Amino acid sequence: MDTKEKIIGKSFLIIALSSISALALIAIFIFAEGLPLIWKIGPKAFLFGERWIPSKGEFGILPMIIGSFWVTLGALLLGIPLGMACAIFLSELAPPVVGTVLRPAIQLLAAIPSVIYGFWGLVVLVPLVRNYLGGPGLSILSGSIILGFMILPTIISISEDSLRALPSSFKAGGLALGATHWQTIWRVLIPAARSGIVASIILGMGRAMGETMAMIMILGNAVKMPSSFLDSARTLTTNIGIEMGYASGDHRQALFATGVILFFIIMILNSSAIILSRRRMG
Amino acid sequence: MSSNLKTLFWLFVLLLIFFAMGCQRSKAGITVAGSTSVEPFAELLAEEYMHRHPNSHIYVQGGGSSAGIEAIRSGAAHIGMSSRSLIGKEKTLHTITIAKDAIAIIVHPKNPVHDLPFVKVREVFSGQIRNWNELGGPDQPIVLVTREEGSGTREAFQKLVMGEEDIALEALVQDSNGAIRQVVAGDPSAIGYISLGLVNEKVKALQISGTTPSIKNIESGQYHLVRPFLFVFLLEPAGEAKTFLDFVMSPEAQKLLAQEGLVTALSKSTEK
Repeated sequence: MDTKEKIIGKSFLIIALSSISALALIAIFIFAEGLPLIWKIGPKAFLFGERWIPSKGEFGILPMIIGSFWVTLGALLLGIPLGMACAIFLSELAPPVVGTVLRPAIQLLAAIPSVIYGFWGLVVLVPLVRNYLGGPGLSILSGSIILGFMILPTIISISEDSLRALPSSFKAGGLALGATHWQTIWRVLIPAARSGIVASIILGMGRAMGETMAMIMILGNAVKMPSSFLDSARTLTTNIGIEMGYASGDHRQALFATGVILFFIIMILNSSAIILSRRRMG
Repeated sequence: MSSNLKTLFWLFVLLLIFFAMGCQRSKAGITVAGSTSVEPFAELLAEEYMHRHPNSHIYVQGGGSSAGIEAIRSGAAHIGMSSRSLIGKEKTLHTITIAKDAIAIIVHPKNPVHDLPFVKVREVFSGQIRNWNELGGPDQPIVLVTREEGSGTREAFQKLVMGEEDIALEALVQDSNGAIRQVVAGDPSAIGYISLGLVNEKVKALQISGTTPSIKNIESGQYHLVRPFLFVFLLEPAGEAKTFLDFVMSPEAQKLLAQEGLVTALSKSTEK
């Protein structure tokens, strides 16, 4: 029996390790494919170059880094107020019945495939932007609105959890001091849950940075420095998504190199989210 | 406990066997992979071919001209589809032109412009002409729509129209003919380029220097924006691939392609 337990334990360890090693293999592969090109053309030329013309050997990804940050910023401008309002409502104000209906509905929002978001954006949102605000419609604004909705489930569920995790004495203390319900929420509960809320926003940022399919369909993918929210843009992920089909040689390596940069950005975002949410526990 | 584990083990083995069986293809067949421009036509031909030869199966996959050539090199596909001439090392492969395709410059049907001089097309796509009023249209900024780097259609357009000039960086980039058509169909100030065979009533193909992109004008050589559709083979085609190729080059199949808006192969040659 004892040896059997040991065998079972070991085999589970091996299975667990294999999933981690898959991650390690992916990372190694991306770096092995991408780094040589970054060295070849120089990290500075790669990161800060403004022209991306693979057929002429020009690989500058600055417009895409800027594009990624613009779109993410726009998504956060929409997602944070909406998500926070929703999380506060669900944790503090909603009658229990409303909560039981709303919560699964928000989870459903996360389950909709991104291509559906993209298609809806292309058919409904893009013509609206083009007709009422001008420009091609395939723009940072359209992309930001769609992404804002896509990151809502992340922001809402993690913020709500961190608000609910607060000891009930916080709320009781606030109310006992004579503060109204809203004052207690605004001055006591939200500051107390701050680290969890910030973590939810950072995870939402990571989600926004990584979104590809919907953005290919909505952003227009022009490789130019965006100068307004009505301009088309390309993000790091869509650069890989749109060009991988035909890329070969240096071009293919440059796409992996784009992946390396994306890898770093996502790593930084996710580790800061983990560090922040740990602080809440301690 | 132990008997439970045993049943579990045998279930697992059974599952593995089923899985292995599922991996076998029920029909033998060949894989055709490559250019997304050629893909819809190859699918059509494959369907017709399979109708005639119920025991064979042709798998048609997209991925792009370069990917298709890569696929026949690695043995992942039997026939590669390319919508551009082969370059450099690729020239050692066998190619057969199955048809020729014209590139049409398309705009929204409501756009009053219906003819562009050839040089103007280059000036528009390089970003020198930025407003439709310079071309006799309304006072609207021109929205350029192009294909992504590496696409066969883009390479052909670059070679046939742009020459040494670059396509403007502010051009919107879409990753298929269909996506370009979709954008142009929705935006009255957009201009793009797609395969002539894929032009439909939702977009308008422009005349170039007074020449309509029609089969007649392409055959007579008056419409210049023409590129070859190639089948690429690693070695001399043989077996099923050869049978399929023979079918594709047969008069019926060529007629089928002509109905879809392609210019069928005038010269049938195996280039070395």
